[in-house]
Amino acid sequence: MTRRDIDDRDSEAWAALRSLTAARIGLKRAGASLATAPLLDFRLAHARARDAVQAPFEQARLHRRLAEAGPSVLSVASAAADRRAYLMRPDLGRRLSADAEAILAPRAAAWDLVLVVTDGLSAQAVERHAAPVLAGLLPTLTAEGWRVAPLVVVRHGRVAVGDAVATALGADSVVVLIGERPGLSSPDSMGAYLTWRPQPATTDADRNCLSNIRADGVLPAAAAVTLMHLLRAMRARRLSGVRLKDESDAVRDDRAGEAKIR
Amino acid sequence: MYTVTLGTRRYTFPDLKTLLAKATSARSGDVLAGIAAETGEERVAAQMALADLPLATFLGEAVVPYEGDEVTRLILDTHDHAAFAAVSHLTVGGFRDWLLSDGATTPVLAALAPGLTPEMVAAVSKLCRLQDLMVIAAKCTVVTRFRSTIGLPGRLSVRLQPNHPTDDPRGIAASILDGLLLGAGDAVIGINPATDSPERTRTLLCMLEEIRQKLDIPTQHCVLAHVTTTLDLIRGGTPVDLVFQSIAGTQAANRSFGIDLALLDEARDAALSQQRGTVGDNVMYFETGQGSALSANAHHGVDQQTLEARAYAVARRFAPLLVNTVVGFIGPEYLYDGKQITRAGLEDHCCGKLLGVPMGVDVCYTNHAEADQDDMDALLALLVSAGVTFVMGVPGADDIMLGYQSTSFHDALAMRDLLGRRPAPEFEAWLARQGLLDAAARIRPGTLPNHFRALLPA
Repeated sequence: MTRRDIDDRDSEAWAALRSLTAARIGLKRAGASLATAPLLDFRLAHARARDAVQAPFEQARLHRRLAEAGPSVLSVASAAADRRAYLMRPDLGRRLSADAEAILAPRAAAWDLVLVVTDGLSAQAVERHAAPVLAGLLPTLTAEGWRVAPLVVVRHGRVAVGDAVATALGADSVVVLIGERPGLSSPDSMGAYLTWRPQPATTDADRNCLSNIRADGVLPAAAAVTLMHLLRAMRARRLSGVRLKDESDAVRDDRAGEAKIR
Repeated sequence: MYTVTLGTRRYTFPDLKTLLAKATSARSGDVLAGIAAETGEERVAAQMALADLPLATFLGEAVVPYEGDEVTRLILDTHDHAAFAAVSHLTVGGFRDWLLSDGATTPVLAALAPGLTPEMVAAVSKLCRLQDLMVIAAKCTVVTRFRSTIGLPGRLSVRLQPNHPTDDPRGIAASILDGLLLGAGDAVIGINPATDSPERTRTLLCMLEEIRQKLDIPTQHCVLAHVTTTLDLIRGGTPVDLVFQSIAGTQAANRSFGIDLALLDEARDAALSQQRGTVGDNVMYFETGQGSALSANAHHGVDQQTLEARAYAVARRFAPLLVNTVVGFIGPEYLYDGKQITRAGLEDHCCGKLLGVPMGVDVCYTNHAEADQDDMDALLALLVSAGVTFVMGVPGADDIMLGYQSTSFHDALAMRDLLGRRPAPEFEAWLARQGLLDAAARIRPGTLPNHFRALLPA
């Protein structure tokens, strides 16, 4: 075998390996270090992920777009005044701003469910994927007789802000669609969190999560199907969280933000 | 009550935990908890009061009450008074001077370790600059063994971390192959599973065992599932080298992880009964990180760095093979930027080593923290200089499952070259047998070795 044959055989092997994972394997080296091309690839991905975290949430535009699809939409903010406060003070992102109550209270009723959309750590994620997931969910919910509250769009929200929204509207349950922590290869990943009867003592163990909703992950249409399945199970059993998950193999409870330290 | 007067201003600190919190270098998690110093002067005032505090104070005043916390009971009930005698007359400030002195040699520090409590080492670390944290840690040697020997002087080991978002065994094997070729994996080949499904964990463990046997690699493997999952798998006959668990520094935080000390005891006994180690029987692998207790609302008003050191006292109880602090993973609300992550990484490493724990660091950051690769390069080089036991090796530094950036196979390789560190001896000999070393004994894979093709997809 010539040197060239060996190189060809190796590059075929690496191509086969790369087809198995999105991980950055077989990167070109210069000595012990990374060669220039993969170095710049990495920098580009990091820049995009950073830009995704900092990108302004086009709340009014998303509001209009969601309202065009039919449902009544309310826009509010969390108690975090800006992006920095949002990042540094998780407690503020879990509460509603002072004027949110006035917007939500008049619409309080005996709702079965409220759907909440919030920017979280990636506004791009909900700007891209919230509408298609809702388009998959809403007709089924209506057909199955769910009393669905007006859709609520929250600026600078964390997952638990959905609890505050559900309480203000008097809804039995809440689904929060939220931009997830942007990964290097997934700046626009959205998560969906379901909670039955949220209350002050609710913890993450009481929620069900479907994460990684994006073009290269769980597609929005598939996410809507899984969410509908979970919502039916949640309503039938009148609970959410770990005990619901145990019976639903279809749902992956990633909680990627905590997976490593838990 | 602790007081210090600076000019006309008198600072008072009502108890030990307040004094420790106020003396801690600035970090967002302590601000979030509402316990950080309010001004720069208050912080230094607290450090001055802390410097004058006798070390023995920590044996009389617990920062988390003894009655309600089994970690406090572990710390105080297992304290070795005879070992402590060497420094029992010192203040915290005097202890810093003693640690930096030429008399505090490697064997002296090893003998002292059982006499130190986590609060003592946290306190002294708060007085230290980064340089002190490095100089002191570099004098500590902690050696552990399973199939390879970890922590010998002049060595730097790497955990090969081949995660995959759907736990696809072939995708994971591809990353393992890449890592082995680049000399990673002598600490452990350890997968964070995307789910905690016992069946998936079993599949991954069986795959790891097959790879290890096929290539005859002198290392250990681990799937970082919850301890209860691993315990059940051991009982069911699955090959388990190391038992993994995340741990924290208070009983309540550990409860939020679904564990207590008795459960860890049970898991360690189960792992020991397998007798799978060849050169030693350190069978536990723990991960920690500043902020985990606050995040679980289980911090008792104690600063996050002191609680982190308490987690090492938990680790120490179980004679682990590996402990690492996942320093930048938790996010900017606990460690805001590269500067805070750097300081925390060096504090954690130094405190762990002083307590006699085989300390590694996951040098890492998330995309919502104010940090980038330059910050990681700096922290990694500082840690390797300080003798860190092991670091992570992630393909291209990009963990596609956990969504954060750690250190890459290449990073570890560059540090081994730059600072003259070698892999664990058994693993280094294996790398040589595979033809992966060049004439200068550097790790420089050429073509793919033939028998590695056994890992390729059919």
